[in-house]
Amino acid sequence: MDSMLIVLFKIVITLSLALFVVPRRFQYYSTLVLHAALAFITSIWALNTLAASSKQSLAFIPFLGSTLNIEIDPLSSFFILVVNFTSITGIIYAKGYLQSYLNKKNKMEMAWHFFNFLWLHISMLLVLMLHDALAFLMIWEIMSLSSFFLVIFESEKKETIKIGIKYLIQMHVGLVFLMLAFILAYVQTGAEFSFEGLAVYFASHNPFGLFLLFFIGFGIKAGFIPLHSWLPHAHPAAPSHVSGVMSGVMIKMGIYGILRVLMYIHHDLLDIGIFILTISLASGLIGVSMAIVQHDVKKLLAYHSIENIGIIGIGIGLGVIGLAENIPVLAVLGFGGGILHILNHSLFKSLLFYTAGAVYTQTHTRNIEQLGGLIKKMPKTALFFLLGALAICGLPPFNGFISEFLIYVGMFKSLHTASLMADTVLLLSFSGLAIIGGLAIFCFTKVFSIIFLGTARTAKVEPATEVGASMLLPNFMIGFMIVLIGFVPVIFMQPLATIIGVFTSDTAALHELIPTLNKISLSSGVFIVIIGIVWLLRAWQQKLQTVKQGPTWGCAYAGANPALHQYTATSYADNYVQLTSKLVNVKKDFKEFGEDEIFPKPRHFETHSSDVFEDVLITRPTNKILTWLEKIAVFQTGKIQHYLLYALVFLALIFLLTYFNLI
Amino acid sequence: MISLLLILIAAVFFIGIVIKVKAKIAARKMPSVLQPVYDVIRLFRKGAIYSTTTSILFRVAPLIYFATIATAMLFIPVGSQKSILSFQGDFVFFAYLLAFGKFMMIVAAMDTGSGFEGMGANREALYSMLVEPAFFILMGSQALFTGYVSFQDLFFHLHLSSQLSYIIGLASIYVFVYIAMVENSRMPVDDPKTHLELTMVHEVMVLDNSGFDLALIHIGTWLKFSIYGTLISGFVIQNSWSWYWQVATFFGIMAAFAAAVGLLEAFRARNKMEKNPQWILMLSAIAVVIFLTVLIITQKIILN
Repeated sequence: MDSMLIVLFKIVITLSLALFVVPRRFQYYSTLVLHAALAFITSIWALNTLAASSKQSLAFIPFLGSTLNIEIDPLSSFFILVVNFTSITGIIYAKGYLQSYLNKKNKMEMAWHFFNFLWLHISMLLVLMLHDALAFLMIWEIMSLSSFFLVIFESEKKETIKIGIKYLIQMHVGLVFLMLAFILAYVQTGAEFSFEGLAVYFASHNPFGLFLLFFIGFGIKAGFIPLHSWLPHAHPAAPSHVSGVMSGVMIKMGIYGILRVLMYIHHDLLDIGIFILTISLASGLIGVSMAIVQHDVKKLLAYHSIENIGIIGIGIGLGVIGLAENIPVLAVLGFGGGILHILNHSLFKSLLFYTAGAVYTQTHTRNIEQLGGLIKKMPKTALFFLLGALAICGLPPFNGFISEFLIYVGMFKSLHTASLMADTVLLLSFSGLAIIGGLAIFCFTKVFSIIFLGTARTAKVEPATEVGASMLLPNFMIGFMIVLIGFVPVIFMQPLATIIGVFTSDTAALHELIPTLNKISLSSGVFIVIIGIVWLLRAWQQKLQTVKQGPTWGCAYAGANPALHQYTATSYADNYVQLTSKLVNVKKDFKEFGEDEIFPKPRHFETHSSDVFEDVLITRPTNKILTWLEKIAVFQTGKIQHYLLYALVFLALIFLLTYFNLI
Repeated sequence: MISLLLILIAAVFFIGIVIKVKAKIAARKMPSVLQPVYDVIRLFRKGAIYSTTTSILFRVAPLIYFATIATAMLFIPVGSQKSILSFQGDFVFFAYLLAFGKFMMIVAAMDTGSGFEGMGANREALYSMLVEPAFFILMGSQALFTGYVSFQDLFFHLHLSSQLSYIIGLASIYVFVYIAMVENSRMPVDDPKTHLELTMVHEVMVLDNSGFDLALIHIGTWLKFSIYGTLISGFVIQNSWSWYWQVATFFGIMAAFAAAVGLLEAFRARNKMEKNPQWILMLSAIAVVIFLTVLIITQKIILN
């Protein structure tokens, strides 16, 4: 059985090349079939591993004189299932989304796009299954490359290419850190060049330094602040099915890497835990604050990915602290909440990107200030966006709440017995998490209202209609999962316990939580029943009374017109911007009224925000380097005589240096 | 079941006492204590007008808002009377459920396309975001103190015996009173009786709600006050007391809380709008002081 699946797996990978030769009208369906086959094969492995809660090792291909094995343990199984689900919804969604590009792109361009989408899926799966360091780094690179080509799909736009290059460079900086880390461990210990080799290093060395290298390498992919600056650019530039998959699962590969490395560290965990927690809290708070000031819906969602990576990191950080301080309940519920949030975030974030993409295909703008009132034209899309928004805010009875709840309960339950240091950390964490939750609500009430509610702000909204079935079907699939996890979280606890088993053997705290989760399901049920009762009561009451329609109450101002006077995204964000002006860095472009201006002329008002971290860490240093490089560029005169002169000077220099025995 | 009944009874009279106190201080003729109930009954007899700008969301929002509060009420114990639903971490569920209700009301206000309602919605979103940490730090302090993580167990095991622990009780009550004021959009964050829409928060959000929906929103406010009042009473009522003594204290505290709200609203002016965030964050600061006090009591911080 397994050997047959391995062969099938190899065949599917090889068949990806066939995408270049199949006729154009079969391109999409061939890709779909290959994705489905990949998902089917790997899901069987993953489910088997989870059910047996053991490890599997299968011979894959000959590699550098030995056999490269596919290794599947509960941790990778979990990620495999998440990757498969989101990739499948992504490819289904792509059918509708790519419709409008079919006449712009030729056959080869489309084939190249599908090929890369397939290879993003393959590479993510292999990243999760390979433990050999060299093979891992190679497949990691393929993942970066395929996603790079996906990001620059609309390569006719100059801006997109620029963003793509930025993404590619940052991914390679990350790769360098990963390579350094692996090589360092290898050189120091001489153990095998793989993840298992790290265990040898960590057993005999202080783990923090090497962990830091890995954290930077993987953190660039995951988008922890301050390593995030590629993310808010790449997601908006990519087509929506790509942003959904990239934000939903690809950035989680960074988290996977961090978790995989953490698996092998068993001592001096406290520093690491506090480090992860600090970075994560900062990512959560800054990510959501930056999201509030964005006008581009996909950029806004990208910043929310940073926020959610922060929440995942808070869970993992607390889990590590729990291990270090020997508080099992914190360890289990921290890791449990963090890992469940990986699944949850992959669901609601892809849902949000798909619905935002649906709005984009209909209105051709991502600027929310130009939208409004779309719920009447695209009711299903609007309701799915609302579902995603409620889930990402962590509101019950949806899935985001369950993972945040696990983290909260872990924290509150360990307060009483923990040390002073741990209590202080916990105080900061739960207040941070509460603020992040509140800000997420602030942000999503804004973005949902501005896009879908009120009335249209510009004519771009006019032609919008509901999108087709292929763009709605993934939403139904994801929506079902969101509601399922939200209402019956209990069924996910056994697999979750198996996954956490790789970090701590004492998972009793998770099982103790099962009655609690049952009561949450009950409370959610009661909540729905109460809504139903009140709804029936109102229906009965309104049948007896007259229900009328009328204009919105304009507060006694006869000229009130929602199209002109409704709130905008800028005005909604304004009171928060005033509180955090330094952090979110919003610049207003507006000339104040002069005192002598009795009849003010029409004025122009604009706001811009820029990412402080990107400015300080990326733009300013690279600009400095550029000014130096420009000075050096004087030598590049373009005259052959000058270049010959340089060669002569160089030869003379070499001669003199050797003559005086300097080299 | 009894706790639910007590909370409901208190809810019916709460706003009545508030307006009575306010009228007395303003030397007006006092309305009946049941006046808010009559108002709501009148609303139930009325039809409704829905704005043509609004969508289905505007119609379901009041229902969800009411249901969140009604469900949240089930978690609250009164004295040694058990709550209907109780589980570990139920106060997290409680806080996030109320946030869900607020989310829907904010979205509904934005749905009308009115600039005024947008402004109110926006302020409500900011203030309720800012007050959230205070609640969590306060509950965290109680969890740290008692080692329990549900409303029922927390209050059941909360024995304030030493002098320092009285500080916790008093400070917690202070913070809870003001959390209740912020959550219900009352003084000093918001003035429910203001006449200018530009200075409103909650009142302006519900300008377009009428009839049944408006009645639900009003009842929601009563229930919220009653819920927070019950939580405040939890810091005073001890389990060792006999049941009639507990019930008497419960209603005494409710009446005192309502009177305090009335006094506060009669004598205090509303904060300047831009001072509100600072003021609300102060509640979190006090909550942190409570947390530190608990750390001292539990001898994690050792003073000498």
